[in-house]
Amino acid sequence: MTLAELAAAKGLASDAVLADQGLDDAERAALLAGMRERLREMRASIDRGLASDAPSRTGMVGWNAKGLWQADDLLQTPLLKRVQAYAMAVNEENARMGRIVAAPTAGSAGTVPGALLGVGDHLGIDDERLVAPLVLAAGIGAIISKTMFIAGSTGGCQAEIGSSAAMAAAAVTELLGGDANASVHAAAMALMNTIGLVCDPVGGYVEVPCVSRNAFFAVHAVSSAQLALAGLTSVIPPDEVVQAMASVGRLLPPELRETGEGGIAATPTGRRIALEMAR
Amino acid sequence: MSLLDVIGPVMVGPSSSHTAGACRLALLARHALARPPREARFDLHGSFAKTAQGHGTDLALVAGVLGFPPDDPRIRSAFAIGAEAGLRTTFATADLGDVHPNSVRITLTADDGATTRLTGSSLGGGIVRVFALDGFHIEFGGGSPTLLVRHRDTPGVIARVARVIADDEINIATLYSARQRRGGEAMMSVEIDRPLSEPASAYLEHLPSVLWLRHLPEVLSATSDGAHVAAATAEAPA
Repeated sequence: MTLAELAAAKGLASDAVLADQGLDDAERAALLAGMRERLREMRASIDRGLASDAPSRTGMVGWNAKGLWQADDLLQTPLLKRVQAYAMAVNEENARMGRIVAAPTAGSAGTVPGALLGVGDHLGIDDERLVAPLVLAAGIGAIISKTMFIAGSTGGCQAEIGSSAAMAAAAVTELLGGDANASVHAAAMALMNTIGLVCDPVGGYVEVPCVSRNAFFAVHAVSSAQLALAGLTSVIPPDEVVQAMASVGRLLPPELRETGEGGIAATPTGRRIALEMAR
Repeated sequence: MSLLDVIGPVMVGPSSSHTAGACRLALLARHALARPPREARFDLHGSFAKTAQGHGTDLALVAGVLGFPPDDPRIRSAFAIGAEAGLRTTFATADLGDVHPNSVRITLTADDGATTRLTGSSLGGGIVRVFALDGFHIEFGGGSPTLLVRHRDTPGVIARVARVIADDEINIATLYSARQRRGGEAMMSVEIDRPLSEPASAYLEHLPSVLWLRHLPEVLSATSDGAHVAAATAEAPA
């Protein structure tokens, strides 16, 4: 299924994703049970992450989620704070070698739960209603992965966080009543505005900038859902946006694809930290 | 790719490709050896060589060799558990050629001298692809039960194996076959939609041309609580 076909579906996009799987009743039940289990694991990782300030393996991160969660909300934007804190909670758990759900990767694992559970909790929505949007998120990721490998080492960070933001944007759009067309365009707008992002983790560790990046792109996904729910669409057809991201991924030099040899990783401080960690 | 591979796996961090994928490749090597290993050697290529420690790739590889799935909290203490079990491990850097940046060659040796040498790549999101086993170029992804058949290169072996699988009413997803030379030894990897029955397996094992047979379970849904969710087949992008 292409994004265009998904966008043209009547009714909810998640129903179209499920129908496209061609599952019998037992397989469908197993898939939904698996999604519920992943939702529980996501919530458990958020809870652990918000409560912990234990340092990561390198000591670069570990207290960001808890620190933000406990800080005063001076902007008086509880949704913003919640989404950011949830996303970082997951990625700090990840950096501590805790249990998380890759969505679609571990480095981008905070975006979908940050946006989806963040919005759900903000609005007091029951977790059971998040299952279908999570199926849609997976469907969007599966379609993107037919065009490009979802890995920083092949496509840069745009492939990972761009995909997770697109998935999350579609999920939040459906959760708030958006139809299939709105959900797919939310994904496309999130993706279009992530193109070009490089993978430059300091020392090669999934910590800096990965932890804060998940906070930023969980918010990015919610922004995209907001635009789509208001009827805004991507001028460039969603499938063409994915093609554009894949082509930019191929143009990125190896230094900017998870080798820790370019960008933020190659700053004097980034290099110094990498050397210290290697010892 | 199954939807539960996109939202998933449930795993110990920090990297789906460098931790979960590495663990799965080692788990496949462990199943291919089909007995407890005494020695494990890991030749790390590309990004695996550069960032192995930072991503816990080394811990995940040892954990997989010990039979731990990617969500097992014991991954963090895999070195200590391995040492206690008497497992000797060696890590080296290697150039495996024009392959994916996240690639590794795993060599396992058991007490009885049996060895397995598996080379594979971690493609992202925990999806893996094995492309060589014991020097034979065969491919499988761990998304389905997989039969490994080491056999003599004689006419009709592939047809015979396929016939037995068909008689078991099992569908073949992929089949790769390679030989050392005409009439030499050969290897086949067959990804199938469900595990082969006991009688079919025993029959295959006793065919005169078959040297050995190994059953690799589906590893993409392997979890530490033993629960297996929907099976999945890894598909490379078109």
